[in-house]
Amino acid sequence: MLNYIWFGMIAASVICAAATGRLEALSTAIMNGAQQAVELSFFLLGSMCAWMGFLRIAEKSGLTELLASAFSPVIDRLFPEYRKEQEIKGKICMNLSANFLGLGNAATPLGLSAMKAMAEKNSGDSPTKGMILFVVINTASIQLLPINMAAIRSSCGSMEPFGILPEIWLTSAVSLLVCVLFCKLAERGPLWNR
Amino acid sequence: MPAIIGAILVFGFLKGIEVFDTFLTGAREGIETSFHILPTLIGLILAVNMVRESGLLDMLCSLVAPAAQMIGISPEIAPLALLRPVSGSGSSAYTLSLLKAFGPDSETGKIASVLSSSTETTFYAVAVYFGACHYKKLYYTIPAALLGDVAAVVLSILTVKWLG
Repeated sequence: MLNYIWFGMIAASVICAAATGRLEALSTAIMNGAQQAVELSFFLLGSMCAWMGFLRIAEKSGLTELLASAFSPVIDRLFPEYRKEQEIKGKICMNLSANFLGLGNAATPLGLSAMKAMAEKNSGDSPTKGMILFVVINTASIQLLPINMAAIRSSCGSMEPFGILPEIWLTSAVSLLVCVLFCKLAERGPLWNR
Repeated sequence: MPAIIGAILVFGFLKGIEVFDTFLTGAREGIETSFHILPTLIGLILAVNMVRESGLLDMLCSLVAPAAQMIGISPEIAPLALLRPVSGSGSSAYTLSLLKAFGPDSETGKIASVLSSSTETTFYAVAVYFGACHYKKLYYTIPAALLGDVAAVVLSILTVKWLG
């Protein structure tokens, strides 16, 4: 899927740039993009390492397992295939908690570590239902307090930077629900026979 | 955040874990992971940049805007809905410009705020998470994620109109 999307984006851009005479700008965009990616990963390297370090401490001390068993009613229902996998459940919990608390920089390394653990358990050459659901949940937002947005709003002179909280909660809750329901339906649907 | 890190450290220390050594092992793993996802990031950011700089994004927006207006979406929101799943930094910049132009407490400003904080950068998440493991087929991942984004667009408009 990503193959088609990536190819489509690039092919359509080249055609569009050729038609509007922007090929020069396009070649700059390509090299700038590659450079930005390296800068971004370098920029995130520190927090990535720090969070992976703290995760390792939390795992070794049994803290993530505690977290996993506290949330296991929810986690077991969402990821039934990992019911018995304490390590994976712990990593999933850490990622979801980081998302919920708005620690975006922590959520990615924790999520990658959960994906890696799920991939190691998976012998097949296609992703498990749990992996798909986990990624889909990570494409939706489950943030409790959108602090960044509130800061941006107040810097623009908003009278009530947090005034839109009910709207944000309702919107993100319903869109998360739509994602999860779609995944749960697709998991058993004949359309995705697997 | 300091409270969370503090709790992790104190708990580990009380359990008798060699906290510093354990931290180092984890951090070393972080370096590997960073390098592992770098190719994915390069591929993705490069493609997003191309879509933006080639004028394709502007063209798509001008195509979508009239249709959006027909169903009551202000033409300024449509580009944000297109940009949000693809580029985090691009959509933040665009949201900021909307908040400045219309005011953060206007209807457009509120919809933009709600939309950008109740969704994530979908393609980034899919590419980075699945980029770390090599699967050919992603099955319903992208349809499910995009359906969530569509739901967020619809709901951000409805909630602001009803509650705002």
